[in-house]
Amino acid sequence: MTGGTGRVAVRLRVDLIACDGRGLCAEALPELITLDDWGFPITVDRLVPPRLLADARETVRACPRLALRLDRLRSRWSRNPVTTGPAADGGDSRT
Amino acid sequence: MKRGADLSERLALPRLLPTGGLAGPTSLAGHLARYGPPPASLDQRQRESLIAEVARAGLTGRGGAGYPTARKLAAVAAGHAPVVVANGTEGEPASAKDKVLMTRSPQLVLDGAVLAAEMVGARETVIVAHPAARRVMADAVAERARARFDQVRIRVRPAADRFVAGQASAVVHWIERGVPAPRASPPRVTERGLHGAPTLVQNVETLAHLALIARYGAAWFRSVGTPAEPGSMLVTVLGAVREPVCAEIAIGTGIGQALDLAGGRSAPLQALLLGGYSGDWVSAAVAMDRPFSSAGLADLGAGTGAGVIAALPAGACGLKETAQVVRYLAGESAGQCGPCRFGLDAIAGQVERLAHGRGADPRLLHRWLGQVDGRGGCAHPSGVIRLIRSSVRVFDAELRQHAMGWCSGTARVLPVPPGRSR
Repeated sequence: MTGGTGRVAVRLRVDLIACDGRGLCAEALPELITLDDWGFPITVDRLVPPRLLADARETVRACPRLALRLDRLRSRWSRNPVTTGPAADGGDSRT
Repeated sequence: MKRGADLSERLALPRLLPTGGLAGPTSLAGHLARYGPPPASLDQRQRESLIAEVARAGLTGRGGAGYPTARKLAAVAAGHAPVVVANGTEGEPASAKDKVLMTRSPQLVLDGAVLAAEMVGARETVIVAHPAARRVMADAVAERARARFDQVRIRVRPAADRFVAGQASAVVHWIERGVPAPRASPPRVTERGLHGAPTLVQNVETLAHLALIARYGAAWFRSVGTPAEPGSMLVTVLGAVREPVCAEIAIGTGIGQALDLAGGRSAPLQALLLGGYSGDWVSAAVAMDRPFSSAGLADLGAGTGAGVIAALPAGACGLKETAQVVRYLAGESAGQCGPCRFGLDAIAGQVERLAHGRGADPRLLHRWLGQVDGRGGCAHPSGVIRLIRSSVRVFDAELRQHAMGWCSGTARVLPVPPGRSR
């Protein structure tokens, strides 16, 4: 999206509707994912540090429920109209 | 544009509900005699200027979330072949305002749904009506069809009678597949909703206000309410009041005055539950002189939510009331997300122990509230936790008594539907 060279600000997100609580992610990436008392992942509320980016991508791929994703943080000035389509959310970038 | 009743009559409350004492729905003829006709079908420029008018009016969603209506209209209008859903699900057991509005002023709701459809360029609107209002809405649609009143197609669907069924993506899910459960977001329904179309899901009361803003304009709308929260809103006043009622108030009306609309308190009060079951307990002594508005309640951690004002008498136990509601809400989880499905059940158990003064572990409860808050596909678990946290704040003295095994409360005040199995 930024040509592959710029710094990327990404955050881990769990789709808890898809998640089954198998817990692989917390084993693979304990720096960023812990489990609650019922075995469902809690992701840390901060950006994925560059040194963990490769591990994070691997963990996302390993989720058997495809419930993990890396969200590229959108900002008003970097929104790319080619890849994000019309700004149908009225310019509000919360997710 | 400004025919119908004269100015002084239009400025008075109620705006949305019938003024006479007659029960039953207002007919199309009666509706037009009171309000005058809605603006005729709109061209592109009129659509845009009407959305701008709604923005000037400062109308916000009356379903509980309070999102600015004009922003949602503009977002959906920007999409291709959108759809409008009028949300009359009202899954909140303490609230009656949407049912009352639909059964008394169905034509105003339909006006709003049709106007919203025209404003965003939709050809179809689906009215999702609580089972108690479905028949009235269907009859009102038939009446309009006979008069060839609309160019927009209107369908009426009965709503799912569940707490989480009113959430926007759950309404869409329900219409599409009969599943009253929220869906993962993104995408939002404004981007990809009903059958993939950009979808405007708007509470029925919001649409009724919109129908009047389209007729009388933003300045008229703002002539009541506060500058920051203009207009009127429907409230449901229940609990320890003489005559529980659904009424229309200017936003910012004193809470004590709102209770007077229900004949005043029927017993000394200790607390009020404001907003609904995802709302907040506040001490009655503190709240009574406050305006019912988000700004007027913010420092108490409360808001107007879906317009519920429930009065708890001094003789009831706020912890028991909370425990019953939390158990009900835990059972209303759609069961899709682990923290909600398992966490709320565990939390409800702890709150029940607190309420019954045996074996509660406050530290464990605190840990679980922190673990579940803010997680899941919708706001349901966060709403439950909000209610519990407010109960711990307000019923602090009661909590200490319970810890010593003593509770005076006997009355059961808040309505809780019978439990169901998932």
